[in-house]
Amino acid sequence: MTAQTTGEGSRPGADFGSSGSFTLDIERRTIAQAISSYWTRIRSGEPGALPSVLGLIVLALIFSQVSSRFLGRNNIGNLPGQGAYIAVIALGLVFVLLLGEIDLSAGTTGGICAGFAAQAINSHHLHNGLSTLLYWALVGAMAGAIALGLWLKTYTGCGVVAIGLIIIFTGLDSHVIFALLFAVSVGAAVGIFTGYLVGKIGIPSFIVTLALFLAWQGVLLFVLNSQPIGVNNYPFWYGLAHNNMSPTWSWVFTIVVAGGYLLYTTLKSIRAQAQGLAADTLQLVLVRGGVIALVALVITYFANQNRNPNPNFKIEGLPWAATVPITLMILCTIALTKTPWGRHLFATGGSAEAARRAGIDVVHIRVTAFTICSSFAAIGGVFLASNTGGVQLDLGAGNILLFAVAAAVIGGTSLFGGRGRPRDAIIGALVIVIIPNGIGLRPSLPAQYQNVITGAVLLVAAAVDALSRRRGRAGR
Amino acid sequence: MAEPILEIKGLNKSFGPVHVLHDVDFSVYPGEVSALVGDNGAGKSTLVKCIAGINSIDSGQIRWEGKPVTLNDPRAAAALGIEFVYQDLALADNLDITQNMFLGREIRKFGFLADGQMERKAREALASLSVRTVSSVRQLVANLSGGQRQTVAIAKAVLWDSRVVFLDEPTAALGVAQTRQVLDLVRRLAGQGLGVVLISHNMNDVMEVADRVAALYLGRIAAEVFTKDSSTTQIVELITSGRSGDIGLTPATANQSI
Repeated sequence: MTAQTTGEGSRPGADFGSSGSFTLDIERRTIAQAISSYWTRIRSGEPGALPSVLGLIVLALIFSQVSSRFLGRNNIGNLPGQGAYIAVIALGLVFVLLLGEIDLSAGTTGGICAGFAAQAINSHHLHNGLSTLLYWALVGAMAGAIALGLWLKTYTGCGVVAIGLIIIFTGLDSHVIFALLFAVSVGAAVGIFTGYLVGKIGIPSFIVTLALFLAWQGVLLFVLNSQPIGVNNYPFWYGLAHNNMSPTWSWVFTIVVAGGYLLYTTLKSIRAQAQGLAADTLQLVLVRGGVIALVALVITYFANQNRNPNPNFKIEGLPWAATVPITLMILCTIALTKTPWGRHLFATGGSAEAARRAGIDVVHIRVTAFTICSSFAAIGGVFLASNTGGVQLDLGAGNILLFAVAAAVIGGTSLFGGRGRPRDAIIGALVIVIIPNGIGLRPSLPAQYQNVITGAVLLVAAAVDALSRRRGRAGR
Repeated sequence: MAEPILEIKGLNKSFGPVHVLHDVDFSVYPGEVSALVGDNGAGKSTLVKCIAGINSIDSGQIRWEGKPVTLNDPRAAAALGIEFVYQDLALADNLDITQNMFLGREIRKFGFLADGQMERKAREALASLSVRTVSSVRQLVANLSGGQRQTVAIAKAVLWDSRVVFLDEPTAALGVAQTRQVLDLVRRLAGQGLGVVLISHNMNDVMEVADRVAALYLGRIAAEVFTKDSSTTQIVELITSGRSGDIGLTPATANQSI
């Protein structure tokens, strides 16, 4: 039936305005056609997640040859803890990269946010840990960020900063959970400030965030009074990168996430087809959702078995360092694809002029994107401190931001704006983290290879992006 | 004769010492295509920007359905039902056709995007314009041809019950077949009762689709003529020298403008 409709719709003289004009939208493709159209899409410059997933598999195959321990349960179980901070920082960066901007300060922002939290718990109240000048400078800066945010209509960001102010004024900041919340609100304040400088004043984001990247490294030394603070004594914080959900809750998590995805996409496909809207074929949706659910179930099954080589105590369940970033990724995806705000963010990244003429407040979009990026950077800094055991004097400095950018780019996010997905950050972070992990498993392999291989992978990812882009343009 | 839906009377506009528009009169009638022609720098863009509310006016009156209005904000024009399709189209390449057509005016359900509803409305809007060149409203705009992009931009403008549409050089970057499609579309817009203003350099296009032509010469309306009573030569003369035979500016005024 479909072939016939296509023929008639494209012939001149077919009746005007009938729904037959939109043949591609309403024709129902078989699975073979869907796969061939997917292939066409890959060839025409929208490779989606394919290159990064393939890269992940290739690297996994190579490292499984390097060391037999690589694919062991224990090693795989360690990956999330080692990579969560890259994944979370990269998630935040996706929002900024979608606008065609960059945030070089995300790593060191995470550093100071974790530093404030650690200092607050360590000295039982931030007031005791910081010099009077720094404490009141922080309070003033956060109040200023709220005022700035209200003016720029970033109300949610203001709310998060206000919660942080309440936490330090009520003295709750000596509790771990509230201290970590406070870290996020410092991140939001930093983001509002950065967004104001970039979006409203109009300084290039590269320069603004480069300046902040340098400045925060100094601020961290003030915050810590030049003394690193360990966080291993705080079970909640330590647990973020090291502990696991109980096996029961792991199953609940997997079933809710994978089942929810399968159910949502299936219902969406059925409903859209019933209403004659463009939709993926039901078989395609079921196959795709089924594969994802199967992978999730297999991973959960293996994660729920004891993976500790030491027989004295058990390690089992999905690591929090995997479930927290995945939950954040789902929230980001919903925000970006299902809300008007997300649509406006994509439009601003694709063509700021088009967005402005469509009545979108481009400044507001920029400020909110930077606010989210810095808030996620704070969470990333907390994960990093948890993974390394404490807030060191250079937490978040060095390569960390660049690894996060690389993760987003390897996943398929464009540095030119307008193209990218939260899941890119997660897949890319996995690629980034298995390289040092795999090399570390064979002591005879010098660690120098690590950066060389990471660089090569990044280059390949960027080349795939550029080539598919060029093909896309040429095909037009 | 029908009453004009949009009427501009005695509009003056200066940028500093430069007097860009002199006592311009211009009218748009429902169901008609009015062409606005003129050489580079004649003031076409300034006139459009004054109507769009991007530029303020120094003196003169803008009447909408006979009532004086002030248009000092782009949203004021949109609220009346005046839409502008600029030459660079202002479409976001990374969004699909539906998303572009509803950009900034998304339909929401419980605060989330109602994509299905928007898709259906986008398809209805394109179908009402008898657009047959677009096979899917879920295509990315980046993958469209110039003519299709122009079509989407125009459909976007008429999606909102607009009454007057300004088209700035809609065929400038198009090939022969695509120009044909866009010109047909322009006629259909007028056929639906919209007032269409066509800003163009291309005399063939103007003679073919416009009902009336207003020629701007150095900031003054040289003449407003009906296409059926005039020739391409006459209009070209009006554009280049401000007068043609016994119509147009007096020689004194024409020279004074320089």
